[in-house]
Amino acid sequence: MAKITLDKLAHSYLPRPKSDADFALKEIDHVWDDGGAYALLGPSGCGKTTLLNIISGLLVPSKGNILFGEQDVTHLQPEQRNIAQVFQFPVIYDTMTVAENLAFPLVNRRVPKDEISRRVSEMIEILDLGDKAHKKAKGLTADDKQKISLGRGLVRHDVNAILFDEPLTVIDPHMKWQLRTKLKELHRQFEHTMIYVTHDQTEALTFADKVVVMYEGEVVQIGTPEELFDEPAHTFVGYFIGSPGMNVIPADVNGRVAQIGNTKINLQKAYPSLSGNVELGIRPEFIKLTGDDAGLPVQVTSVEDIGRFKIARANINGVTLDTVLPEGGSVPAHPKAIIDPEKINIYKDSHLVKGEA
Amino acid sequence: MLELKNVSKKVGEVYHIRDVSMRLEKGSLNVLLGPTLSGKTTLMRLMAGLDKPTEGDVLVNGKSVVGVPVQKRNIAMVYQQFINYPAMTVYENIASPMRIAGVDKKTLDQKVRKAAELMKLGDFLDRLPLNLSGGQQQRTALARAMVKDAEIVLLDEPLANLDYKLREELRIELPRIFAETGAVFVYATTEPHEALLLGGKTATLAEGRVSQFGETISVHNKPVDLQTAQTFSDPPLNLLEVKKVGNQFEFDGQTVSVTGQLDALSDGAYKIGVRPHHVFLNKPSTPALSVKAHVSTSEITGSESFIHVEKNGYRWVALTHGVYRVETGDELALHLDPENFFVFGQDNKLVAAPAKLQGE
Repeated sequence: MAKITLDKLAHSYLPRPKSDADFALKEIDHVWDDGGAYALLGPSGCGKTTLLNIISGLLVPSKGNILFGEQDVTHLQPEQRNIAQVFQFPVIYDTMTVAENLAFPLVNRRVPKDEISRRVSEMIEILDLGDKAHKKAKGLTADDKQKISLGRGLVRHDVNAILFDEPLTVIDPHMKWQLRTKLKELHRQFEHTMIYVTHDQTEALTFADKVVVMYEGEVVQIGTPEELFDEPAHTFVGYFIGSPGMNVIPADVNGRVAQIGNTKINLQKAYPSLSGNVELGIRPEFIKLTGDDAGLPVQVTSVEDIGRFKIARANINGVTLDTVLPEGGSVPAHPKAIIDPEKINIYKDSHLVKGEA
Repeated sequence: MLELKNVSKKVGEVYHIRDVSMRLEKGSLNVLLGPTLSGKTTLMRLMAGLDKPTEGDVLVNGKSVVGVPVQKRNIAMVYQQFINYPAMTVYENIASPMRIAGVDKKTLDQKVRKAAELMKLGDFLDRLPLNLSGGQQQRTALARAMVKDAEIVLLDEPLANLDYKLREELRIELPRIFAETGAVFVYATTEPHEALLLGGKTATLAEGRVSQFGETISVHNKPVDLQTAQTFSDPPLNLLEVKKVGNQFEFDGQTVSVTGQLDALSDGAYKIGVRPHHVFLNKPSTPALSVKAHVSTSEITGSESFIHVEKNGYRWVALTHGVYRVETGDELALHLDPENFFVFGQDNKLVAAPAKLQGE
């Protein structure tokens, strides 16, 4: 296991990049803790795969260095880096049994026989593959095959890091829950440094200690799931995390007052007079629809019942405002939106502005 | 209108689809919900006329179309793996069905641009598909399906390979876009959440059978049997086996008294399903079955916490608002309010659903 240092890394696929826009990965400078579970989260084209490829050694970055522990591995090949990788589609040997597949990475590294059999049976138990241990992988379902892929990644204890590239994308919803909790248990047990690439916020948030949110080649926030939910550093994070995402409403902000149209909202913190593109961010979970007089008058345009809650989509000064109603909740006749002032974030040109208490 | 009458499809000795009857109205949105290999794609291929049923009949507007080749039927289909013509621009890809149909230039141009705008492809019309992201390629395929003015539009997990957020947006947009065309719209997915967001009607599939077909929220709220309830629960449905004696349900030495429809059930053994958001970590003021269990793992999303527990071989998950920190191995008391019970008989058929939920 090792900490991973990303030392002023940047990458462009062009031979002579001129401007910032030419970089698929803009400069990133971070140290990731030994034994940490990190998720790289963002839409396609955000640079997360580029970053993963730099870490795995498939790509040499245009700028900067990458270190595992104290060793500079920037120019080392993937096989010289002592890492394990799990991909979106299972990578296993169909003609080998489940147990042979799991043993393979260890046999290759000349691990003593009794240790191999101990670790393989441990992994088989963890993955609930006991009844299939001596079956050929060929006849197994896609879910079981992907389990074996995960097991092959996790069976080695000496790796610097384990990299996961969308490992659950092709897995059925029910099995996702099982495999995710398995991964989590394994991480707790072995304390591998894990890096997990995904576009699925639920996977990222439930898996990782720290989520690295990427957008247009840039790391826009690294934080715990709570930090990303409560205080998105960028409006993109607010939108991307949460379902539905954070509402972002143009507003005038001065001191402890935000003004949306004709309505004033008192803020819990004081802000300097802001110019530029100023917006108020509020999550749907923190808006209540009431029939009382207080609050912002809104028009509800649609209500979607999705079982455990409902999404009411409202309109305020031409801007869409998503709100969440509890199971069985309904929209009052003349709805007013009450925004929880403690949960408001203020943004200037898409970046969070910290107010003063 | 598309109608399936007792349709079965056998491959060798194995039924891939067994005795499916459905009536899909013009202008309706119909979700096929089920895990991989449950028969969604096979059923769609039968609807499209790509495969012939072994038994039963497929009718469009009252006329059998079995044996009518797919080219002669007015159908659009989009697959999970996007398919475009690699040598044609996005514009030509979208325009291709209209070129074949001989649509006049002006109409064609209008329709291509409108579809491209709805699919946010306006800036990419001159590009080749391979120079686009996966999401853009799939939207190109969807735009082509849109302009075809097909009677039947079949989408087989069309968003599975797309970004989470893009999926969220397209899920809202797609039903609106296709509702305008008046087509019979069929959408296959493995995800309960997706079915609920799409709305319309849902058919739940398991092992080649349609277990239920009705308003999406009704199927979710009043599943006819255990398998349907499980297919339609994400996170997974929590199960426990109880005994009813008098006006009490008993589980693991604990009891709770029940009233109304639950009290009216005859004494005996039942299976109870409880959705994760109805497993409470704080004791409610109403009567509840309280069970002690050990935490196996917990997941915190920042806004919600999933607490996974084990109890006598049962694995359950509780979903609670906010951040709830527990350690693996901790003992927790879980509280289950009978108001939220889905009760199944020993034959796995639903005998009672939560009364407060709307449904048929």
